Amino acid sequence: MAQFTTLTSHAVPLPAENVDTDQIIPARFLKVTDKNGLGDSLFCDWRYLEDGSDNPEFVLNEAASQGAQILIAGNNFGSGSSREHAPWALVGWGFRAIISTGFADIFKSNSLKNGLLPVEVSSDVYKALLEAVQLDRSTKITIDLPTQSVTGLDGLEATFPIDAFSKHCLLEGLDQLAYLLSFDGQITNYEQERT
Amino acid sequence: MEPRTLFQKVWDEHVVVQEPDRPAVLYIDLQLIHEVTSPQAFTGLRERGLEVRRPDKTIATMDHSTPTLPKSLWVIDDQAKAQLGQLERNCADFGVELFALGDSRNGIVHVIGPERGFTQPGKTIVCGDSHTSTHGAFGALAFGIGTSEVEHVLATQCLLQRKPKTLEVRVDGQLMPGVTAKDIILALCAQIGTGGGTGHVIEFTGSAIRDLDMEGRMTVCNMSIEAGARAGMIAPDETTFEYLKGRERAPRGADWDAAVERWNGLRTDEGATFDKTVLIDANKLEPMITYGTNPGMGMHVGESMPTTDSFDDPSQRAAFEKAMAYMDLQPGEPLLGQRIDVVFIGSCTNSRIGDLRMAAGVFSGRKVADGVRTLVVPGSHDIKKQAESEGLDQIFKEAGAEWREPGCSMCIAMNGDNLEPGQYAVSTSNRNFEGRQGKGGRTFLASPLTAAAAAITGEVTDPRSLLLS
Ligand code: SF4
Repeated sequence: MAQFTTLTSHAVPLPAENVDTDQIIPARFLKVTDKNGLGDSLFCDWRYLEDGSDNPEFVLNEAASQGAQILIAGNNFGSGSSREHAPWALVGWGFRAIISTGFADIFKSNSLKNGLLPVEVSSDVYKALLEAVQLDRSTKITIDLPTQSVTGLDGLEATFPIDAFSKHCLLEGLDQLAYLLSFDGQITNYEQERT
Repeated sequence: MEPRTLFQKVWDEHVVVQEPDRPAVLYIDLQLIHEVTSPQAFTGLRERGLEVRRPDKTIATMDHSTPTLPKSLWVIDDQAKAQLGQLERNCADFGVELFALGDSRNGIVHVIGPERGFTQPGKTIVCGDSHTSTHGAFGALAFGIGTSEVEHVLATQCLLQRKPKTLEVRVDGQLMPGVTAKDIILALCAQIGTGGGTGHVIEFTGSAIRDLDMEGRMTVCNMSIEAGARAGMIAPDETTFEYLKGRERAPRGADWDAAVERWNGLRTDEGATFDKTVLIDANKLEPMITYGTNPGMGMHVGESMPTTDSFDDPSQRAAFEKAMAYMDLQPGEPLLGQRIDVVFIGSCTNSRIGDLRMAAGVFSGRKVADGVRTLVVPGSHDIKKQAESEGLDQIFKEAGAEWREPGCSMCIAMNGDNLEPGQYAVSTSNRNFEGRQGKGGRTFLASPLTAAAAAITGEVTDPRSLLLS
């Protein structure tokens, strides 16, 4: 998994609430057998017009969004299905962090396994960051994982929660399966005791 | 010992290791696999040179992109074919039992697990699918996981999990005629919203839950995820045991007796506390329908949609306006009488025999309205056979509905069964997200009764008007 320490980037504002995984990546793109190449289908039904050309009204297509690594999204982002294709598509497009007031459980867990950091902030902080970014799309936001802090313009600074284990894995770029496999002996004991 | 909730009991039983500041290593008793969320997990195993630790605790099915027409008419696109082929290969290579397309035991993953008796009280059950919550109806701890976690469980039979909080949803009282399990869960979604249960496992309690049969309980637990909760649970009782007894993979003989004794202990102790409790009065429930683009945007079928002014919070107002624009509906108007194009009766929420019987009761002796396409898709081959033995297929066909082969079908629209842009559907499935049933399609979620009633009248209808006449 990709390491995550500190990230400074401009951001894409997507203030809609309850953005579900079917919007992040519609089901018809789930017939793939690998993880790569899903970035082109990210937010597909909002992003492209009937004829397949870019929808100029959709924020991701604006020139100011290009190269952004941070998404600022409305509450309850990633609700719906368990498809890990959602974080794969977000990472495939180039995002490394999402700032919101809340994330759906499975989406959050999937993101953390793909080096995509869910940054949960209060609604005041969310509003301040969103406004700043909407006002000036070149506004840079810094997300620092070691101090669990997010910093915007005008000294705006806030902390965000993350469990110690996920933080450790992100900072080191560790993948959780290796950690799980280290319990092989205990798992075998457990299995034997139960039968 | 401290009094414990049902969830806590199942959790405690499955913790293999709990280190400080680390998630628990939680043992998984059963993993269900389907074609869409598993290929990358098996690829991961191959890349690391790992085996499936417990193929005997793993079963697979094909359901999401499978055709629902008779075999002679199958159209499977190349990508879906490749994905189905890969599942077949993966199961063969790693020794996993597969109920493949064409197998008489095939069906939707959350339908066949209980039906074959794999799903049992007290088990931990996972699947790369958010509606795994369905299996909690048996008092199992069952939840959806991502593909990375599918790989974790394949390799170690364990998951890293932080302990969730508990939410009691207490439904007391008695459902009125025409009101079903689906209406209970749609009412909960409307009450607490799609994020209301985030971070929690729900336990459904109360007399209205006890009165439900297993199919109704599965419908309720199925949509726990739509209220934001990863899992929903119901304590097992005689209804549960009655359903399971004699099922193919349920324990038998002395094992059965021992199991029932164990399962009888799986209930929340007197004095145990939940982190949160929500109350629903079953006596006051009415048939529900959604009007918007998430399952929380629901109301009684006879009500008017909210007005824009009724939302104080600007982002909620924006979400509502966006939903109204997508649905092309007017705020403040009623939905009754709204014309519809398609009715879908199926999905892991409402495709079981009881659901089909409910729908058939409405269809019986009636015709589907002109211009309405009606699809009835049983959840499994077993259900299809059962329905046919009862003559339900004849009722559907005579009414003018299409009687299909089992699968997820128009719930997720991956197999060619989909809405056309702009079409309105009343659907017994679980998600009304934009484009969920086909790009540009518009979904009203409702019970099998309400869906069947809409098929007959061609518009959104209170099913009680047909039940009484
Ligand atoms: S029926 Fe729908 S919700 Fe259920 S497993 Fe299939 S696609 Fe998912």
